[in-house]
Amino acid sequence: MRVGSVSYGGGVTQTPPPPPPPPPAQPPTPGRPALELYGLWKSFGQKTAVAGIDLVVPRGSFYGLVGPNGAGKTTTLSMATGLLVPDAGRVLVQGADLWADPQHVKGTLGVLPDGMRLFDRLTGAQLITYAGLLQGLDRDTATARTQDLLAAVDLVADRDTLVVDYSAGMTKKVSLACALVHAPSLLVLDEPFEAVDPVSAANIRDLLASYVASGGTVIISSHVMDLVQRMCSHVAVIAAGRVLSAGTVEQVRAGATLEDRFVELVGGRAVGEGLAWLRTSSD
Amino acid sequence: MVAHLVRLKLTLLRNGLKRSVWQVIGMVVGLLYGLGILALALTGIVALAVAGSPDLQRSVLVAGGSLLVLGWALLPIVAFGVDATLDPARFVTFPISRRDLIAGLGLAGLVGIPGVATVLGVLVAAFVWWRQPVAVLVALVTGVLGVATCVVGSRAATTGLAPILTGRRAREVTGFGVLALLAAFYLGFGRLTTGGLGSEQQVVAALHSAADVLGWTPLGVAWSVPADVAAGAWSNAGVRFAILVATLALLLLAWDRALARSMVQAPRHDAGSAGSVRGLGWFARTPASPAGAVAARSLTYWFRDPRYAMAVGAVFLAPVAMWAFGLREQVLFFLPFLAVVTGWSIATDTSSDGTALWMHVATPLRGVDDRAGRAAAALMVLGPVVVVLTVFLAVVTGHAQNLPALLGAALGAFLSALGVASVMSAAVVMRVQQAGENPFGVKQGASVTTVLLQMGGMLSVGVLALPEIGLAVASVLLPSPVLGWVGLLVGLVLGALLLVIGARWGGHLYDRGAPKLLQRLVALS
Repeated sequence: MRVGSVSYGGGVTQTPPPPPPPPPAQPPTPGRPALELYGLWKSFGQKTAVAGIDLVVPRGSFYGLVGPNGAGKTTTLSMATGLLVPDAGRVLVQGADLWADPQHVKGTLGVLPDGMRLFDRLTGAQLITYAGLLQGLDRDTATARTQDLLAAVDLVADRDTLVVDYSAGMTKKVSLACALVHAPSLLVLDEPFEAVDPVSAANIRDLLASYVASGGTVIISSHVMDLVQRMCSHVAVIAAGRVLSAGTVEQVRAGATLEDRFVELVGGRAVGEGLAWLRTSSD
Repeated sequence: MVAHLVRLKLTLLRNGLKRSVWQVIGMVVGLLYGLGILALALTGIVALAVAGSPDLQRSVLVAGGSLLVLGWALLPIVAFGVDATLDPARFVTFPISRRDLIAGLGLAGLVGIPGVATVLGVLVAAFVWWRQPVAVLVALVTGVLGVATCVVGSRAATTGLAPILTGRRAREVTGFGVLALLAAFYLGFGRLTTGGLGSEQQVVAALHSAADVLGWTPLGVAWSVPADVAAGAWSNAGVRFAILVATLALLLLAWDRALARSMVQAPRHDAGSAGSVRGLGWFARTPASPAGAVAARSLTYWFRDPRYAMAVGAVFLAPVAMWAFGLREQVLFFLPFLAVVTGWSIATDTSSDGTALWMHVATPLRGVDDRAGRAAAALMVLGPVVVVLTVFLAVVTGHAQNLPALLGAALGAFLSALGVASVMSAAVVMRVQQAGENPFGVKQGASVTTVLLQMGGMLSVGVLALPEIGLAVASVLLPSPVLGWVGLLVGLVLGALLLVIGARWGGHLYDRGAPKLLQRLVALS
């Protein structure tokens, strides 16, 4: 998670950005969906990573974003959270245009990006406090919440250890704590369970479930279909920068398991005999 | 298998070049650098062969050869990670015998600029003894063994110390240690060239006695055997040759052992060296505002991140280096320049964050808070450094009475540099050493535009700080103490003003372009 290069994913080669969609209402309104994406488009040089994604995430939903490697998940989530400027399209958070007024909207978002560094020369406790103070919390609140979050993600024993010396799973957990510290109304988590041990993963699932039950909205991206099918109320399947199918999990999987449905939508399963020489048991 | 490993190294070199144009340019620069050093060495060797006395020939070759062996052994330890392409740990899963691995990795170690340059240099050096063909023949044999000592010594050192050096803390400490060593070498060279170490005869005498000692150590035996042969001291030659062979055998054994150990032991990561700090540190002391939080984060990095700590150290080193190269009173003229460079160190502050900048971009942090926090931290750490340096230099050069003028120029230039750098680092990011990267690692070259931007930025600071610098110069030359006090006032007020303007302007740029900066940092990582 810390080392190596990040890329905003691959994709297919396409050219023209689509015309901008109709502009909806401006101020944050309680009745609006938690997140709306309209005609999001992003190319990196020749590569089009996201080719016109439309998505509506209802309030109080637990939304899963699934897709093969290089489908554009990370690019989409980066644009939805103000980390990456879209070439075209709009992002509305509770009806407010993110890219028109980022300062105002970002305070309502909790973000966990994938493959980005952290300020890892800080200790776990310092990092979470830092995230809280950047969001404008006062010191007492930030400190108190840091304690609670360290307990919630099983990092109390490592609170005074530098994040650079954390394992990959611990780094994920401390990032999640940073995303939660200002009590956002929408959580956008890119691969939150990668490298996290089963016990911590179960704790985090409970945490997210109770967050959703209390009215929050969560969007996660994941490769693990089983997990998405169990946890999420809604799911969108994206591939090659487009939405192939979106809706409630029941709608999308249409009777089959989510995994089968995903493979059916995305395609690409190898058929045939496989590696005939790779048989050690017989003869 | 041996051929496979050598070919692997060649393929890795070639593919590395395919990654970007900058890699090619870096390679070409490295090649030119290597060729330059080689040309210098070869010229020296030729001159030595033609004009040197046998005694001088022996001393120079032994001293130079010893440095070569030492360099091969030490540099990879420091530059750990630079050439991890053939890290033995990567071959753990393959069924390769240790003999093959040793031969292959050893030969592959010669593929590359340093290896080729070493072989060429040693080859040519053998012909220093051209007047005595037997000595040349012996020199060729011992040269091969000497190069083998270089390579095997280097591999034995890296493989043997790898378990210790995998810790982050250990890497940082060795980095500092060797940097100090390099600085000492550099300063010694400066003293030498300016005659600070005594006359030519003294230097040559020192060289002779050094060679006498080194000639009996594993570092120098390979290079003194031919000299013995040329001088007809066959018994000495025999003993030294035995030492050489024994050294090589011992190094091979040590490497073999280390390799055997590393093949079965998984590398431990940061065992027992995890850093920790109790409590909130600076976060409990700075104001609990977004700007205060940014300042606390920056302050933590100034004290804990080797990249920042090195910047502070460099500020102190600069005047010492100037003094070593023979500047005295004139050092004072460089004071404003030094202050500008010091303040300018935050021009790459945003770049140093790397992709961690997302934490700022994802929050509703205002640009002006981001800029102000970073500048405040730099001011708190570097401000005292500039003052201490100014006072020290003023006293040492006997200009204590000009202290107000000097302080005005230095602090004015420093504050102005902080202001302009705040704008700069909000406008452009560039490839810099990332946190935890080896400070000696291969960097992709900075583009011409960024270099020009940096120079333009510093130049503009110089222009903006002209009033207080001019007043300081006038006050010292006239001399006029009153002008000195005026200079101090002007420097502080003008500098502070420029800092505020810089933070605001930079903040404005950040508000408009932070996601673009982040995207660029992602592309650079």
